[in-house]
Amino acid sequence: MRALVLFPVMIFLVIFQSAVVSRINLLAGHADLLLVFLALWGLQERADVWPWAIVAGLLVGFVSGLPWLVVLVGYLLVAALTWLLRRRIWEAPLLGVFAVVFIGTLSMHSVTFIVLRLSGNSQGFSETLELITLPALLLNLLLTLPLYAMVRDLAAWVHPAKETL
Amino acid sequence: MKDSFARNLQTAIILLVVGGILALALGGYLRSASNLLSESLVAAQRWLSSRYLAIQDFLTVPRDVASLRERNAALESEISRLQGQVVTLRQQAEQAEILAALVDFTRTNPESAYKAAEVIGRDPSPFLHYVIINVGSNDGIRRGMPVVTDKGLVGRVDATIADAARVQLITDPAISVNVRLQNAQTDAVLVGSVSGDIFLDLISQDVTVEPGDVVLTSGLGGGYPPDLLVGQVVNVRKRDYELFQQASVQPNVDFSRLQIVLVITNFRPVDITPLLPATPIP
Repeated sequence: MRALVLFPVMIFLVIFQSAVVSRINLLAGHADLLLVFLALWGLQERADVWPWAIVAGLLVGFVSGLPWLVVLVGYLLVAALTWLLRRRIWEAPLLGVFAVVFIGTLSMHSVTFIVLRLSGNSQGFSETLELITLPALLLNLLLTLPLYAMVRDLAAWVHPAKETL
Repeated sequence: MKDSFARNLQTAIILLVVGGILALALGGYLRSASNLLSESLVAAQRWLSSRYLAIQDFLTVPRDVASLRERNAALESEISRLQGQVVTLRQQAEQAEILAALVDFTRTNPESAYKAAEVIGRDPSPFLHYVIINVGSNDGIRRGMPVVTDKGLVGRVDATIADAARVQLITDPAISVNVRLQNAQTDAVLVGSVSGDIFLDLISQDVTVEPGDVVLTSGLGGGYPPDLLVGQVVNVRKRDYELFQQASVQPNVDFSRLQIVLVITNFRPVDITPLLPATPIP
């Protein structure tokens, strides 16, 4: 039942993303708080990331001008990455988080770019890479460290170890 | 009798000595001796005074440091409070300035009905240039309504919910606005980009476009009302082998600092899609 606390957390993150994080630009890119949160959450032991990826996708899809399916697919890709990497690199969790954030950002932006191109948007690939993706990648990686401790504590509270129950 | 004589003699001797000393002093013979005496006295007094002050400091300063620290802390908290007030007042002054400018704008453009709105967020995706405003369908806001500030065109309403709306900015890569160049008397199409810069496209090669030319909405296509200020031409790209000229435009509105905007509520965009040919005419 404690996992339900993630609903208000997700809503807060979406509001914070829209009101604050989206205004902090590096060139034309900005960080994706929800993506980093999902990457961190997905790599926690016993944490279930799939439903929260769907919740995040629907919430951001509601706020954003992007088609909601694009956002949903992007976050599900991040969830899939965490699912793939969780057991394999447990000895280096921070490295795993950085890997998921890195690949997740690239996947998310690739999906968005492809869909926007197919829908007639004339954004150039190199321009998008230089002005949006690389700055956003850097900001996401920078955001990972401060969020890491918070998400780990939250996960420990939501899924306490059996001996502490 | 004998005692009386001795006392008188003593008095006389004292008077003589005093008189002699006075005479010597008045004659200037005692100056060196008096100087030596006064210097000794002054030095002794200075020493005594400095010792007294040192002892007084030793006894009173610790108490003063404590009280000074208390006073310092009180003043620092007062400064923090006043700095907070200054920030709040600056924000209020800035908002009042913006509102005054918007009121001026509505007075000078009375043909339109406006609804003021605060910008409360931006699109979470960096690929899109949208802002979220705090008025929605409950306030009569509908999709397609133009959004402006006193500086010029901002964009148009893309979607609404009850108490909020999403506005597509003219810097968005997916937007295109029909505009006209005031000086050159020609039409063009304004397009956005991922970097947030805006450009003019489809300018005829026959037209002379100069940096500084004012860009206004043309009203063609029915998407925006005519004569809304957009910006100024910064530079022009004209190549002989291309069909059209392009120009980059400096927007009048600072999109990074959007706070309060006006939605033109009495403008209904015209949907000309049914009039467009289904297949391109060869």
